[in-house]
Amino acid sequence: MSEERKRRSDTRMVPYPSQAIVPERDVGKQPVLETRHLGIEFGGLKAVEDFNMIIGRTEIAGLIGPNGAGKTTVFNLLTKVYEPTTGTVLINGRDTKGLSIVQTAHLGVARTFQNIRLFSQMTVEENVRIGLHNQIRYDMFTGILRLPRYWQQERRQHEETLELLSIFGMQDLADVRAGSLPYGAQRRLEIVRALATNPSLLLLDEPAAGMNPHETEELMENIARIRDQFQIAILLIEHDMSLVMGVCEGICVLNFGRIIAKGTADEIQNNPVVIEAYLGRRKEG
Amino acid sequence: MKTKRSKLIYNLVTFGLVIAAFIIMTVMINNKTISRSLKGQLIPICSWIMMAVSLNLVVGISGELSLGHAGFMSIGAFTGIVVSGWLLNGFQMEDPTLRLVLALIAGGVTAGVAGVLIGIPVLRLRGDYLAIVTLAFGEIIKNVMNCIYVSVDGTQLRFGFLNNTIPGTILLNGPNGAKGVKTISTFTAGFILVLITLAVVLNLVNSRAGRAIKATRDNRIAAESMGVPVTRYKMMAFVTAAVIAGMAGVLYGLNMATLVPTKFSFNESINVLVFVVMGGIGNILGSVISATALTILPEKLRFLQNYRMLIYAVVLILVMVLGNNPTLKSWFRSVFGRLFRRGKPEDGPDGEKEVARHE
Repeated sequence: MSEERKRRSDTRMVPYPSQAIVPERDVGKQPVLETRHLGIEFGGLKAVEDFNMIIGRTEIAGLIGPNGAGKTTVFNLLTKVYEPTTGTVLINGRDTKGLSIVQTAHLGVARTFQNIRLFSQMTVEENVRIGLHNQIRYDMFTGILRLPRYWQQERRQHEETLELLSIFGMQDLADVRAGSLPYGAQRRLEIVRALATNPSLLLLDEPAAGMNPHETEELMENIARIRDQFQIAILLIEHDMSLVMGVCEGICVLNFGRIIAKGTADEIQNNPVVIEAYLGRRKEG
Repeated sequence: MKTKRSKLIYNLVTFGLVIAAFIIMTVMINNKTISRSLKGQLIPICSWIMMAVSLNLVVGISGELSLGHAGFMSIGAFTGIVVSGWLLNGFQMEDPTLRLVLALIAGGVTAGVAGVLIGIPVLRLRGDYLAIVTLAFGEIIKNVMNCIYVSVDGTQLRFGFLNNTIPGTILLNGPNGAKGVKTISTFTAGFILVLITLAVVLNLVNSRAGRAIKATRDNRIAAESMGVPVTRYKMMAFVTAAVIAGMAGVLYGLNMATLVPTKFSFNESINVLVFVVMGGIGNILGSVISATALTILPEKLRFLQNYRMLIYAVVLILVMVLGNNPTLKSWFRSVFGRLFRRGKPEDGPDGEKEVARHE
């Protein structure tokens, strides 16, 4: 018990119990995310079990695995949509036990969704402004009475929004209703909205789903650029292997809720366990 | 598609229409060209507009179906009557304007407090469950009002619950309600209140808090993931609507010589909901117009005697069916489109016409 407590309060940089797969530049800094023995059960079914992961300050990490492996469940655990049944999640060294989705978001976790969840009745600009909700603030009465602070903060929000939208060259779409955007643009808008919350960890759930190879390549460049520009960590779930292998520094493979392999792109590609999980075992003889 | 420009035009049209209507009515009152029945309805129309706009804040902007909105009106109305009667009988305050203002504040505050108390349990629910529970609270308020006795004894208010033997001048007499109320509501007061309501709701919708309210409507999980405290903003919309409904109640109650608690029944809640749906969910200007039209309509149909409510229902059905006819819609758009360029007036400040979706 005392050992467990010590482990929690401990901020030593050698990750426990996973191997150090943090990029060299992030070694010695507080990791953005650390999970220890994370797991969740749904009525006796262990959807995720003993999930240990560590992500460096500016790392781009990938989470892959066959369908139904529990990847999105991991995201839901990290963002506290589900409360884990076992284990801990540390965001910037803070235990998220008992925190709500909103409180976890305040710790600096932002995400996109596999099945796009934009505010479809609102405009592109308003969607991004929701991301800025906790960055540029004023209270309800300032808004109703239209005090000078209202105009000042609204202008700041507007400028910031256009700047964020320009990452994907979407400034001209600011007044379009989010629901009427083409699919690819909706995915990009979700990323912009998540970035607006000023996160330290960005979770992308299948960002390239439904994109053509050209768009995927563009997205890959943008993900790397976002990391460089904002100096944040990115964890992404993706089925498009060209994207994962191209951009992720550390990759974690999940199957049936358990981590079966961790490592760099090369290590993962040549790992027999991973190949087996995806393709099945070759018949002997 | 909507732009800053179309938002501005929408707001200007809304305020312009209300102000124009007020000026026309005032001129007609001064010329004595106004019909008796219409003149008698001016103040109720103001309060129904306030009711419709405030319910639209809950149903259209916040996306929660509330079926007990008349309950807040009831609380406001009887609080207003008690405060006004108390000030008159207890403190000999003759000035009707001051009494009305104080009654409005008291009615708004009490309804707001009721909104908080009801909101705490109700806003934990979603969708249909929330609707049913608000319905239940509306009925509870009506029945509690049926049991309350209030009198003014000297300068003191005396309350009785199921107990009508309280000393002094009776202000509220349980199921018999209030009798001999000094009617101090004026059309000007109603007009100012409508303007305030519109300013509050429209400004709220186009602010940080309003966007958060709309975000929780569009996608609750996404809003939470962006760090928007969903319950707080749902509560904000609900309580603001309750305060406005309470003030509408004060205006309404202090316009009637007699008022019984059963007036604010489920029927009235549904009536207000009809105003909101008719005018377009989320469309504030639509609520103003439909509340006005649907308050006047039953009076104008009086000559039909027994068939009155039948025809009223038929008119409602026709408007709903024709209003959703794509050919007619596009015709309207081509007519009004030229006036408003990119912003469609019938689509509300956010271009939302479809019924708010519940998750």
